Amino acid sequence: MAAATGIKGEDRQRAIAGWLFMSPTLLIFGVFIIIPILFALYFSLTDWNGISPPGQANFIGLKNFQDTLIGGGIRQSDFFKALKNTTYFALGVVPTQTALSLLLAVIVNQAWLRFKGFFRTTYYFPSITSSIAISLMFLFFYQKSGLINQVLGSLTFGHWQSIAWMADPRGLVHIILEALGVTIQNAPDFVKTEVLGLTIWDWISGPSIALMAIMIMNTWTTIGTMMVIFLAALQNVPGYVYEAAQIDGASAWTQFRRITLPLLRPTLFFVITLGLIGTYQVFDQIYVMSGGGPAKTTLTVAYLVYRSGFTNSDMGMAAAIAILLFIIIFTLTMIQRRITGSEADV
Amino acid sequence: MTTVATNTGTAVAEREGRGAWHTVKLILSYGLLFLLAAAFIYPFLLAIGTSFKTLPEINQTPVAIIPREFTLEGYQRLFGFNVGRWTINSAIVAVLITLGNVFFASLAGYALARVPFPGSRVAFLAILGTMMIPGIVLIIPMFIILKTLGMINSYSGLIVPKIITAFGIFLMKQFFESVPRELEEAARIDGATPFQTFFRVVLPTARPALVALIIFSFQGAWNDFMHPLIVVTTNKALYTLPLGLALLRGGMGQNLQWNSLMAGSMLTTVPMAIIFFIFQRYFIEGISYSGIKG
Repeated sequence: MAAATGIKGEDRQRAIAGWLFMSPTLLIFGVFIIIPILFALYFSLTDWNGISPPGQANFIGLKNFQDTLIGGGIRQSDFFKALKNTTYFALGVVPTQTALSLLLAVIVNQAWLRFKGFFRTTYYFPSITSSIAISLMFLFFYQKSGLINQVLGSLTFGHWQSIAWMADPRGLVHIILEALGVTIQNAPDFVKTEVLGLTIWDWISGPSIALMAIMIMNTWTTIGTMMVIFLAALQNVPGYVYEAAQIDGASAWTQFRRITLPLLRPTLFFVITLGLIGTYQVFDQIYVMSGGGPAKTTLTVAYLVYRSGFTNSDMGMAAAIAILLFIIIFTLTMIQRRITGSEADV
Repeated sequence: MTTVATNTGTAVAEREGRGAWHTVKLILSYGLLFLLAAAFIYPFLLAIGTSFKTLPEINQTPVAIIPREFTLEGYQRLFGFNVGRWTINSAIVAVLITLGNVFFASLAGYALARVPFPGSRVAFLAILGTMMIPGIVLIIPMFIILKTLGMINSYSGLIVPKIITAFGIFLMKQFFESVPRELEEAARIDGATPFQTFFRVVLPTARPALVALIIFSFQGAWNDFMHPLIVVTTNKALYTLPLGLALLRGGMGQNLQWNSLMAGSMLTTVPMAIIFFIFQRYFIEGISYSGIKG
């Protein structure tokens, strides 16, 4: 009897301790994440400007969402421009950074390689540097007379024509088409058809030179982190697996395809997910380097959220776009997870 | 006899072939790695060099690392913009956020890992859920609540919302799950309360996890731009380094004074770099750890 009360008392003591230990977390998360999200859901249905007292905001129903998705005005075209740019950004950056970081990890993981620590440290260093500092540095390098043009100049023995990277709104696909003789003037008429606020010609533009400049910088910055993640996974592969394959006469490429890649699959999908979430949130770099220009070709969805709320004083609209962005990222992650799940089972 | 001889011959030839291939592989690998290392190091060296150049020299030779005429002009102008204050603000904010994270994340991580309390599963899932919400999506809700609470343009607005992160809680939870239970049971048999067990017995074993947490919290807070951007709207005395720098660049318009901008970038980078080189091992371990867990 006495023992039973003792255990009960101890249980209660532990329950109290558990909740006490958790209370600061619950308080902060509740006040600064959960409640604000509910607020944002409400304000996305209002015309609040972010300056006047929130109580004075008018309830306008789904108008912000309608304007953004089907309104036909500048709000719709800006949103889909931003979505287009962000998608090009992700399509360019995610595969490149994943492939390059995997290649680097495989090389740095080789047993015979020396200076491992040096390479790892060097490649990882940009990951710990402030995004603002890196953006300012690259803004300097991307000038017409800057480092990037000069390096490209010497690599091509002077055949490179210097470009003002951050001021160039021409899209990659448009440039290629123009080289093949196709311009908006002689293109078939259907490309002038408007779909979701943009013409088909606009949709297929490809990333602009300015956006590509930011994409290259972004890849440069994130490769190190991804490499370290791959390295950790590679180091978990026991060496005897490769030794057995070598005895069986498997080539390095076969070993990579048949052993390394299947074992890395979960890590691979993790890195891709990380890349997707990161690229769909690009903001700091845009703020410092381009402000969405030239010709709105570096306007990303994340930057549009900020611009709507804080530059255009349309906080209701900003809340609506933020919710749409959440849905987009959530959907992409779920698709990614589904692929991971089914693929990992194989 | 002949068969053996032939076999040996083939083996030698094979080994020689592999030797040649090995040399090619060596050259290609080292070539690629060193070239890439240069692509990572040169930009930082050029930024440092540029921060000590005069403006005319920057225009003339924008890619030379060593300044012909060494000047502190860039730094002096920067300090005229009150960069000292920005640095102090960054330090205060980063240190307080780090301390908060270490303390609160350890408590929460331990509770979730080891204290069986009713509702722990729900609490865990709720925290997991918040981790899935991208930071950029939260800036509008965050602004709304800070405005409602009157925390815009204040240190508390910069610090308090960031004082606990889901990432920190997970890191500590993972760690505490690996601590042997015997340790706690021994303490309990000796009559220690859950609080005493945590502070006297479990927490001292958590040093590696705590170092990783300290590093990541400090790095996150020191480099953070988005949160200060929405919290500090008018009060220039509250600028942190990244915020001040970004707004300084905006204020310069087309006439960018590169030596000052590079000087500011270096002031932001160097303190993190020092911490990185001291605690390198923990950085790499930490990122690998979170990577595998994710």
